[in-house]
Amino acid sequence: MKIRIEKRLEIPRYAGIIVPVISVAVALLIMGIILLVFFVGRLGNLSSAFRETVEAYKEMLTWPFANRYGLFSTFMRMVPLAFVALGLSFAYRMKIWNIGGEGQLYMGAMVSTWGALFLFKDVKSPLIMIVLLSIVGAAAGAAWALIPALMKAFARTDEIVVTLMLNYVAIFWVDYLVYGPWKDPKGYGFPGTAPFPDQARLPSFFDDEFHIGVFIALAVAVLLQYIYRKTGWGFNSQIVGDNLLAARYSGINVRNYTIIALVVSGAIAGLGGAVQMMGVQHRLQHGFSPGYGYTAIIVAWLAKLNPLAILLVSFLFGGLLVGNDQLQMFYKLPMALISVFQGLVLFCLLGGEAVSKYRLAIVKEVPENE
Amino acid sequence: MEDFPVLEMKHISKSFPGVMANDDISLQLKKGEVHALLGENGAGKTTLMNILFGIYHADRGEVFINNGKVSITSPSHALKYGIGMVQQHFTLVPSFTVAENVVLGLKDFGFVIKTKTVESKIKELSEAYGLPVNPRARVWTLSVGERQRIEILKLLYTGAGIIILDEPTAVLTPQESDMLFKAIRKLVSEGSSVIFISHKLDEVLAISDRITVLRGGKVVGTVEREKIDRRGLVRMMVGRDVLLDQEKPVVETGRAILKIENLNVKNDKDLMSVRDLSLEIRSGEILGIAGVAGNGQRELAEAIYGLRKKVSGRIELDGHELRQGNVAERIRAGLSFIPQDRKTMATCPNLSVMSNLFMKNSICELVHCSPWKLDGRRMHSKADELIGEFSISTPSAKTEVRYLSGGNLQKVVLARELSNEPKVIIAEHPTRGLDIGAMEFVYKSLLSQKERGAAILLLAGELYEIFRLSDRVAVIYEGQIMGYTPPDPSYIEEIGFMMAGARQEDH
Ligand SMILES: Nc1ncnc2c1ncn2[C@@H]1O[C@H](COP(=O)(O)OP(=O)(O)OP(=O)(O)O)[C@@H](O)[C@H]1O
Ligand SMILES: [Mg+2]
Repeated sequence: MKIRIEKRLEIPRYAGIIVPVISVAVALLIMGIILLVFFVGRLGNLSSAFRETVEAYKEMLTWPFANRYGLFSTFMRMVPLAFVALGLSFAYRMKIWNIGGEGQLYMGAMVSTWGALFLFKDVKSPLIMIVLLSIVGAAAGAAWALIPALMKAFARTDEIVVTLMLNYVAIFWVDYLVYGPWKDPKGYGFPGTAPFPDQARLPSFFDDEFHIGVFIALAVAVLLQYIYRKTGWGFNSQIVGDNLLAARYSGINVRNYTIIALVVSGAIAGLGGAVQMMGVQHRLQHGFSPGYGYTAIIVAWLAKLNPLAILLVSFLFGGLLVGNDQLQMFYKLPMALISVFQGLVLFCLLGGEAVSKYRLAIVKEVPENE
Repeated sequence: MEDFPVLEMKHISKSFPGVMANDDISLQLKKGEVHALLGENGAGKTTLMNILFGIYHADRGEVFINNGKVSITSPSHALKYGIGMVQQHFTLVPSFTVAENVVLGLKDFGFVIKTKTVESKIKELSEAYGLPVNPRARVWTLSVGERQRIEILKLLYTGAGIIILDEPTAVLTPQESDMLFKAIRKLVSEGSSVIFISHKLDEVLAISDRITVLRGGKVVGTVEREKIDRRGLVRMMVGRDVLLDQEKPVVETGRAILKIENLNVKNDKDLMSVRDLSLEIRSGEILGIAGVAGNGQRELAEAIYGLRKKVSGRIELDGHELRQGNVAERIRAGLSFIPQDRKTMATCPNLSVMSNLFMKNSICELVHCSPWKLDGRRMHSKADELIGEFSISTPSAKTEVRYLSGGNLQKVVLARELSNEPKVIIAEHPTRGLDIGAMEFVYKSLLSQKERGAAILLLAGELYEIFRLSDRVAVIYEGQIMGYTPPDPSYIEEIGFMMAGARQEDH
């Protein structure tokens, strides 16, 4: 009798839900152990450290969802994640791996800031202003994605590398602007632009705790859901994603599809950047995104590229981020530890997925054949 | 000891969502016998063999090897019991060499692969069994026939005594099939046992000792070779007589629909493989192209369809010249293509039967609906209609096609390519892997397309099929047409000469 690991031939349906849930549970468990060790170090005895850990846990898991302020913060964190993930889903459906959500988000934010502060300075109507900024934000994201798109379509470069590199370019470009020419003279040397004028801010409610970006994301998700399920584009993109040769055989212009997929993908992320500026930040700042563009990759993938599922998953991820903020503020946990937590969750999710492809098999020893 | 059962499968059942693929199947394999497995597409042959080879697990039933009960959980496990299988679709790594592919999957090659010893052992085996391969060649450069020989050598290398061949001859040229049969005979004479799956009854009758027929997942019966003939087998399989030799309809041929002038096309290895080829097919006419595989048939078909760039020449469809590499234009103009690679080119394995049926929907409309608002209900009912019309056996229109049996996958392709009133049909091995009933059906469909006025270019490996369907036969050799004959077996000798490169004498 022997136990062996073998690849699963078929992955059961329910795995899509069960595996992430178990993965997150495992991540929480490991986090708990780390927290416990940390608190033992701080408090010096095990029983109070244990109590503190349980408390911190409760705070982290309940605050983001169970009270008004927490819930609003969660929504605000969800919005940029959702936008980028929705954008990514558009390209990922065709197995075009856009890793550049972060850069496209930054470009959208940057160009909409340009619009708000300089280009459309004289526009007074909020409605027109918001529409204009959304358009230029989306256009900026699209343009940023057009670069890898053209390179892939005409020179067959790998989009993964190019989109990733362009993230750094976008981030440094923004840094250059906020430290340099666009720096707010009244900003006490803080690396950020001047604040947006009032007409360039999204309508918000509840003492500015909640802006309408959530509804824009919802609208985009519904639109994408429609495109994926009901249009010729959605239909054909599945073919391109499943079998490139079959797509060519079906008369689909794979080159055009590649370009459009990346450009639309970038446009949605860019729109997310504009919404983030108009809704939350109200000014372009150094490092305004704590890696939304990368977390969104996981979000899109966990949601299996389904737009409505992306909303749900980004809401949960938003909650995780808020919970972590909470720990950092009230339990004075070092930033590095918070990063470890977030890394752990991602690691367990990816690991869980990989492990679930295998199973344990009990194998009887082979009897000797004569 | 002749009758000693080396393998016994007892009461095997296996169901998939929506189908009972194997229903209480029992099978005995004797030492030194060739046991053929026959049955319609989707009868459950591959499933049964996959269970034996440890790819699937039976819901019920037992397997005995040398009278000892075993439970086989994976292919490498099966190899330990001496069971080897050449699958319907191969599993080689294209960028590896032959020797590396053979070693791959062996458990005990250690860390350092002794390529030299492996290579010489392969050489030895390949000579002993008359299966020529070059152990140093990279797999991607090889033909299907060569790849299959590697799969078989791989099994011999591991010393498998029970060898399963799932439709091995579907992709072989007649010469290669003969080679394979010689190897099989040698194997059984040395005491190995072979399970042989094929839809070609003549082969089955030629090589097997016993034949088991499946239908709808059940065993219809097992018979000794001597006690049955072709007709009896067909009856067992299909439950009725099948007439492949229907009358060819007499059709008044019309204007030339497909016209090719001085076409030159290169193959993947960048060698010119269609050379200065000209031909013409009229409406209501089937032109059969005979030739040894690899003489430019594939490149010709792909160039006409626009998937492969032509180097020079002219392709005209119904009076309009077709532009370079534009597939969409051709589909719109009414050009259908049944390619030989149904898995790699003609279907999307992870999409549903319905999606595969509507793969070309954006260009040719099977159901009329706007690309901005696909009508799922209508597509669904049209899909169900096609499934019925082409008798595709699938649990539903939503089933992903990778779960379909080989023959049913081919039917999906046919349903799509024939249901849109095409003007020109390029049919490359249209009946490959189809059971005899389905073959009859394809013949009927192609002939009725011809009656409707389609111009059909038939590229088939088997002369029999070409004679059955064509109005004229062209023989291709090294990318050139050597000559034409009427579709009549009395010309077989002349065709044979031309296939070997002799030009037709002027009449
Ligand atoms: N993994 C699977 N999931 C669902 N259904 C399956 C799966 N594998 C096979 N089937 C179904 O089981 C039935 C038997 O399929 P199988 O491949 O054994 O047929 P076959 O006799 O080999 O046919 P062919 O001659 O066309 O190759 C088919 O209806 C097929 O659709
Ligand atoms: Mg099969």
